[in-house]
Amino acid sequence: MAQVQKCFGSHKALKGVDLEVRKGEFFTLLGPSGCGKTTLLRIIAGLELPDSGHVLLGGQDITRLPAAKRQVNTVFQSYALFPHLNIFENVAFGLKARQIEPFEVRRRVAEKLEMLGLDGLDKRYPHQLSGGQKQRVALARALVNEPDILLLDEPMSALDAHLRTQVQEELRRLQRELKQTFILVTHDQDEAMVVSDRIAVMREGLVEQVGEPREVYSKPRNQFVAEFLGAANIIAARRDGGRVVTSLGSFDLSAAPAWDEGSLAIRPERIVLADGQDGDGNWVRAKVREAIYRGQSLDVWLTPDDSAAGDPFKVRVRTHGKDHLRPGDQVSLFFPPEDLVALDQA
Amino acid sequence: MPDDYSKIPDNKTGPPLMAPLPDEAETDPNLVTWYGGIHRRKDLTRRGSYLLGPGLVWLLLFLALPATGLLALSLAQRGDFGQIHWVFTLENYKRLAGFGLFGWTPDHLLILGRSLWVGLVTTVICVLLAYPLTFYIATRPPKTRSRLLFLLVIPFWTNVVVRAYAWLLILSPQLFPAKLAAFFGLIPAGSPLFPGSLATFLGMVSTFLPFVALPLYSSVERMNWELLEAARDLYANRVQVFLQAILPQTRPGLTVGVIVTFIPAMAMFVVTDLLGGSKYMLIGNLIQNQFGQARDWPFGAALCLALMALTMVGLALYRRWGDPRDDNGSPAGGGRP
Repeated sequence: MAQVQKCFGSHKALKGVDLEVRKGEFFTLLGPSGCGKTTLLRIIAGLELPDSGHVLLGGQDITRLPAAKRQVNTVFQSYALFPHLNIFENVAFGLKARQIEPFEVRRRVAEKLEMLGLDGLDKRYPHQLSGGQKQRVALARALVNEPDILLLDEPMSALDAHLRTQVQEELRRLQRELKQTFILVTHDQDEAMVVSDRIAVMREGLVEQVGEPREVYSKPRNQFVAEFLGAANIIAARRDGGRVVTSLGSFDLSAAPAWDEGSLAIRPERIVLADGQDGDGNWVRAKVREAIYRGQSLDVWLTPDDSAAGDPFKVRVRTHGKDHLRPGDQVSLFFPPEDLVALDQA
Repeated sequence: MPDDYSKIPDNKTGPPLMAPLPDEAETDPNLVTWYGGIHRRKDLTRRGSYLLGPGLVWLLLFLALPATGLLALSLAQRGDFGQIHWVFTLENYKRLAGFGLFGWTPDHLLILGRSLWVGLVTTVICVLLAYPLTFYIATRPPKTRSRLLFLLVIPFWTNVVVRAYAWLLILSPQLFPAKLAAFFGLIPAGSPLFPGSLATFLGMVSTFLPFVALPLYSSVERMNWELLEAARDLYANRVQVFLQAILPQTRPGLTVGVIVTFIPAMAMFVVTDLLGGSKYMLIGNLIQNQFGQARDWPFGAALCLALMALTMVGLALYRRWGDPRDDNGSPAGGGRP
């Protein structure tokens, strides 16, 4: 629906971004601060002009269209509610500005306030509301205009942690119900995972990978994506015939790497830890040198039995009941071929 | 919360540090613990008066006493040689209203009205100029900003009279502005651009612009620009953006600027005297005349009080407009977040 390409010359906030967001999907721009995701959002909103490139909305070029003429509405990071207007007037702002008749304004505002559980608050002023309520008002104020795209600029960053989880789930449900296109900007990978249909991971003005949460998490394209989306074991490797050789041993991969020397990634919870049995391919026998318990996971320094160098190697594995590893213990680790991902060189 | 706290004027600063001692508070309603070891209402009143004292003394010395003096003076009579006869009379006020030796004339009321008008126009022009000016300054990089502010303040260091003479020079017939006006046939060739409305308002606006611009700047600088973007995002046109996003945020600075411009502009006499000529006799000029050439202090005092009354009415009207519903804190009954 929108094919978005932008170069932002002045300080190279965006170095040529190509994205396509589908109608009715929940799309997330994910990246660390300063990666250009907010700039990109502001360009879509019409609050900033790109130096080059185009923004298309439903096939129509809206790059130079001012914000006030776009069927795109934004939920701002600080919500930007008008402090001198009450909740009703805040939500009605966009409708009134477009001179929609008062009866219709009242009907639509009431409908949105009810939908977001804000009924009864319409006479209050923003400073009388809690953070969560303010956020819903900001949401109602944008949604009441029935925009083609709803933009959300880190809307959860001002909420406390337990409320955030709840709001994320609500936001997802809301989007499913309305079937409207949402574009969210966030630096929180959990949030991106929970709400999105698809995620674009950004770094330094470039999109590193676009895909469904599951795909981006389990098949990261490069080391940055792998590490930004959660804990990952990154293992240096080189190709040797059909197998890949690392300092831990040699592995089979379900998808062969495109390089001769590079690195592999595997999520901690994908490594199978066993103390007795072992098999042939992708099993590694090693001696524990040190183990650090981290709650969800366990960092283990291992000395592989058949490693020539004998250097201790650190892997992070998922904890499960019986893993009281002590220095000197013998362990076997299984690296499933389909979970070992060959990374592109960044 | 017990009722007692709501009566302490400064309880907005936070919750009380100490709770009332339960048993004592119940047995003796006068015995409560407040901040700073005050235990009785009497102590609170005394402490309050100490704190209010300096302000009260200041107001008494510099406002109440002189104003009373003026009031007394305005009810006295001018002697034949300009001395003051302490005889009670309302003659000065009758004269002010236009009843003179030769029947009723609207002269004085006209002058009052003109003063209001000049003050109003000056203020409006200053506000219209100050908005783009402060927005321009506030959006520059910090270093440029302080330089521009410095430039804005420089005229403060120059006496008003000197500045008025500077305008006389600029508007003199030999220089470009007057020649241009003459070229277009607006004024006869070889004549200056003063005295007149243009010269007066040039002088007035250049004098009072910093008075509006500086307080307005302090508001503009602290403005939340996201509200402007939100307004634009919600389909607002330029006028709506100004009314809904800019004006509410800059109202505090604007209020101060308008007050400190409107009041002195109404009473201005130096600029209007030099640049306005006979056409711009304002109440300030009239007062100056009474205390100066005419040596009619009682009438001058009556004029002063009329000006004060005018100012008060103006302020009252402005306050009504300038008082937003949600100025500070939550209204009664509003829940805290």
